[in-house]
Amino acid sequence: MAKLTPFFFLSFLIISSSLAFQSDEFGLEGAQQQTPTTRKRYSDPDSDSKVQFSLEHAFGDSDFSPAGTFSARLKSWSHGGKTLTKLRFSRNGFSDEEKDTFKNLLKGDDFYRIRLPSNVISPPGKEFVVASVRARCLPRDGLDEHFVIHMEGANVLAVSYGSLGACQYPRQFKLPAKWSFNSHTILKSSEQAPRTPIFTEEILGGENAEGEVEPPPERSFWAKYWMYLIPLGLVVMNAVTQATNMAEEQTGGQAGGSQVQQSARRR
Amino acid sequence: MAMALRLYLLLIVFVSSAIVSFSLYEDQVGLMDWHQRYIGKVKHAVFHTQKTGRKRVIVSTEENVVASLDLRHGEIFWRHVLGTKDAIDGVDIALGKYVITLSSEGSMLRAWNLPDGQMVWETSLHSAQHSKSLLSVPVNLKFDKDYSILVFGGGYLHAVSPIDGELLWKKDFTAEGFEVQRVLQPLESSIVYVLGFLHSSEAIVYQIDSKSGEVVAEKSKAFPGRFSGEISAVSNDKVVVLDSTRSILVTISFVDGEISFQKTLISSLVEDSGEAEILSPLLSNMLAVKVNKRTIFVRVGDQGKLEMVDSLSDETAMSDSLPVADDQVAFASVHHEGSKIHLTVKLVDDLDTVLLRESIQMDQHRGRVDRVFINNYIKTDRSNGFRALIVMEDHSLLLLQQGAIVWSREEGLASVTDVTTAELPVEKDGVSVAKVEHTLVDWLKGHILKLKGSLLLASPEDVVAIQEMRMKSSGRSKLTRDHNGFRKLFIALTRAGKLFALHTGDGRIVWSTLLNSPACARPSGISLYQWQVPHHHAMDENPSVLVVGRCGSDSSSPGVLSFVDVYTGKEISSSDIGHSVVQVMPLPLFTDSTEQRLHLIADTDGHVHLYPKTPEALGIFQREFQNVYWYNVEGDDGIIRGHGMKSSCAGETADEYCFTTRELWTVVFPSESEKIISTLTRKPNEVVHTQAKVSTDQDVLYKYVSRNLLFVATVSPKGAGEIGSVTPEESALVVYLIDTVTGRILHRLSHQGCQGPVHAVFSENWVVYHYFNLRAHKYEVTVVEIYDQSRAENKNVWKLVLGKHNLTAPISSYSRPEMFTKSQSYFFPQSVKTIAVTSTAKGITSKQLLIGTIGDQILALDKRFVDPRRTLNPSQAEKEEGIIPLTDSLPIIPQSYITHSLKVEGLRGIVTAPAKLESTTHVFAYGVDLFYTRLAPSKTYDSLTDDFSYALLLITIVALVAAIYITWALSEKKELSEKWR
Repeated sequence: MAKLTPFFFLSFLIISSSLAFQSDEFGLEGAQQQTPTTRKRYSDPDSDSKVQFSLEHAFGDSDFSPAGTFSARLKSWSHGGKTLTKLRFSRNGFSDEEKDTFKNLLKGDDFYRIRLPSNVISPPGKEFVVASVRARCLPRDGLDEHFVIHMEGANVLAVSYGSLGACQYPRQFKLPAKWSFNSHTILKSSEQAPRTPIFTEEILGGENAEGEVEPPPERSFWAKYWMYLIPLGLVVMNAVTQATNMAEEQTGGQAGGSQVQQSARRR
Repeated sequence: MAMALRLYLLLIVFVSSAIVSFSLYEDQVGLMDWHQRYIGKVKHAVFHTQKTGRKRVIVSTEENVVASLDLRHGEIFWRHVLGTKDAIDGVDIALGKYVITLSSEGSMLRAWNLPDGQMVWETSLHSAQHSKSLLSVPVNLKFDKDYSILVFGGGYLHAVSPIDGELLWKKDFTAEGFEVQRVLQPLESSIVYVLGFLHSSEAIVYQIDSKSGEVVAEKSKAFPGRFSGEISAVSNDKVVVLDSTRSILVTISFVDGEISFQKTLISSLVEDSGEAEILSPLLSNMLAVKVNKRTIFVRVGDQGKLEMVDSLSDETAMSDSLPVADDQVAFASVHHEGSKIHLTVKLVDDLDTVLLRESIQMDQHRGRVDRVFINNYIKTDRSNGFRALIVMEDHSLLLLQQGAIVWSREEGLASVTDVTTAELPVEKDGVSVAKVEHTLVDWLKGHILKLKGSLLLASPEDVVAIQEMRMKSSGRSKLTRDHNGFRKLFIALTRAGKLFALHTGDGRIVWSTLLNSPACARPSGISLYQWQVPHHHAMDENPSVLVVGRCGSDSSSPGVLSFVDVYTGKEISSSDIGHSVVQVMPLPLFTDSTEQRLHLIADTDGHVHLYPKTPEALGIFQREFQNVYWYNVEGDDGIIRGHGMKSSCAGETADEYCFTTRELWTVVFPSESEKIISTLTRKPNEVVHTQAKVSTDQDVLYKYVSRNLLFVATVSPKGAGEIGSVTPEESALVVYLIDTVTGRILHRLSHQGCQGPVHAVFSENWVVYHYFNLRAHKYEVTVVEIYDQSRAENKNVWKLVLGKHNLTAPISSYSRPEMFTKSQSYFFPQSVKTIAVTSTAKGITSKQLLIGTIGDQILALDKRFVDPRRTLNPSQAEKEEGIIPLTDSLPIIPQSYITHSLKVEGLRGIVTAPAKLESTTHVFAYGVDLFYTRLAPSKTYDSLTDDFSYALLLITIVALVAAIYITWALSEKKELSEKWR
């Protein structure tokens, strides 16, 4: 029988190509893209449509302000479900003022917070989805950030936000070399649980007979009486040595006799 | 010798590889376990004290139990626990041999045989709407076929034959705005009167022929004003109603179908009148009204005229009236005075005639008297004697007779809401508790008896003696700590706000205390925490528990903290904290110099408060201020929020122990597709012995052991109802594992076509959850194990030796988690009420899942059955490691029910606590019943069993020594003869 539990249903991971290309782009165009874009929706008559939703950030306890825009294709399926594909992200660079606030965050080891609307079609939906990270976790060469957006249809469930790698504790104060963002985004939807396999009776019976058999009676006998049997064994062994010694003694005469005596004392 | 050693090793391998299935021998029942049966707070009581037969009382309770109790000793003759949704509305005795119960809002009528509790018949009644439910069983001692039981419920009046439960007729009263208030059938009359209010402003009386159900006459009369719902039937043709202003009593008389109203202002009866309330007792031609905290008795005259006859100033509990000899009617009232209660039985017609006046000393910790039920008997001098069944504020049930408490039952224990454990005091030097232990001769005698038993030589009397000895053995009910940690206290908080300490040895109540508060009379208890557990320092302090309660049922009502000494049960202090209590968070690992644990309490304003309020605690807390996070689950909105500490809320209040918080993360579940049905975290005090798991191919897997994991299960809103109410396509179950510091979703798995309820257990790095699969029409159990990948490179021994590993590096939640999960699903043949897991002192012993099944039993299932590494055909190496071949369903081995033949009726929760002995864990299950046992999931590998025969060992040693000497003597002799040869 073939293995029935492979992971058939892999998640739909769409890793938008980001890396150096995008960070460069932001470094250059960040300033021009500042305008807090009104979220445009191109409602295509087709099943595909484009959506945009904005990322907002806050420094410590400040108010949220726009920080970037996500754009993606919204695919409507015939069964009524909607999924987001081809996510693109354009990040606004920090303004000078924001750089200063961020430096303060780094000094105070405070939180850098971001938020996304919980519904991408009619933002903000029920409520904003908030995530935060200690500011000191972000700086590497540039500012490394990593978004994992958990989707359920057109709804954003949660966003995980943080640096790409580890964040050492205790966190060191370190200013970024470049004030540009190095963004990585991942869209994640729910993984389907594999179906519980149903085996045929035959295998079940066979396996049961082999694997879950009750402990045999001898075993439980041993398990129960080992503390009696070991002394008994000792007695028997004692007797055996005695008997052999006796035999020796009969042949070996006096020397053997004294040995018996000794061995008897030893025990 | 070498051979023996080899044999011994072989044996050890043998024993350890055997599949350990927990089971008991018949004679071991009751050695480690105990079981207590309860019924709950009594709502109704009907006495059955005929001359012949045993005297009993039939009770129905708030735990939906109908039971028959022995009036002499208070034991349960029989009892039935109805379902949680099957609340009992009324109970009565019909034909002198059947107990009739009406339940489920008047839609279920059942008859039970009075002597043995067998069900005689059951009738399901049609119900169309929510309404009052009324049960009326005509008092008729003669066996008369003609009369019927009248049941009103769900908008219909039903007449049911008491003999076989057959529905005789039914009358529809579901008309819009019509509320039936009373159904009366005068004695020796074939007319049933049904009184109801139409839109609360018009009284309508229907006269119905009791044989056919035909409406004979219908009369109605409009009332200038509105009625409130409160009504008291004072006689066969009169009722008294309170109007909606609560200041006028209206007597409605409907003699011969003519309705007449007569209004009486309450202010004309008493001077300082306020809002009035009609009390429940049914008194003939009289009613009890509560005005301004005073109880006044109002007599109803023949013409419907009301006059006040008596008033009682303090809170008094009253019984219904009871006919005594010579057409007289009596009732009982009980009131408190200091530590005594006074029971008075008076005639209704003549309040000056006191039939009985008794004063009884009453334990302060029972609170006030809540309900009284009386019954009379004829004494030998032909006078009337009375016995009273009283229900106290702590839900306990007592029978009073002849000025004494005949018996009492601690029914508060049927509604345990929270449980924690506590240690017993250490045995002090000088106070020798061991002196009750027997002498050496007794000890030897006992062991010889045991030896006889194990060699099957014991006579039946010996067997009895052995059993008795075992039950009493080794001071298991002593009030001191023992070496193995088998003796402990379980502290249980009940719904009535009473705290009980139960001894694990025999289940007796060591102490009990009713919570008090300076702010309100009786705070309701919410939860229980270990406050002070003297461990290293402060050994001379007594341990204490923290009880968090609140004044009132609303979540915004002010909270009350109460600290109770575990050794004595005395309330050390009780404070009104002045803010509400939404969430109580014990801070892990934070204790002050007296080993008091630091707790944070969140209120409704989003502030958190630190307890204990000492500068020392504040200092400890402020050191870790930056690293304290908390979360809350808003189940109705489907939002989980994480918070971090912000600052002291000094700006708003002067309280320096109050802190503001800020929102750090949110997880928002879309309301159209997901609804939170279950959340769960690991037990904060759980011990994990090893972080690594070595698999068969010498590979190491590191467990992802984090204290900050939250398991959440959501279902589609449609699927939140009953199982089977949706199609598989409409329902999906999604489970999440969320890091509560950063809000990251670490694992997310959706089960299509599955439905709750979800019962889950979370321990170490795994979660096991139970749900219903609509496609397969079966219950399923899924296990998820989480492993850490960031430490996976630490497999190289050289790295470990040279210290180039990251095992000791601090782990930050802000690092991107590198982890993977393994999961597997199995079918489970039973519905589940609760799941728990065993916990041991060091976490070395393998774990068992304790599954509370729908049959109110507890099944112990080895964790090895829910291991995602199970495969269909395990290799030899895997088999040696103990991996069980994969099967599609989990086995239920009848021997592994730890409750053996018992049932923990109404099972609600299972609590486990480690003993000091690593192999052993305490298990305490509560519901309507209580059950305790000690479990050894991998058998007691670190101690000899109780029935280990020391005598046999001793005899063996003696025999060995003797044999050695004999052989020595023999060999000496032989040697000598050799020499002489």
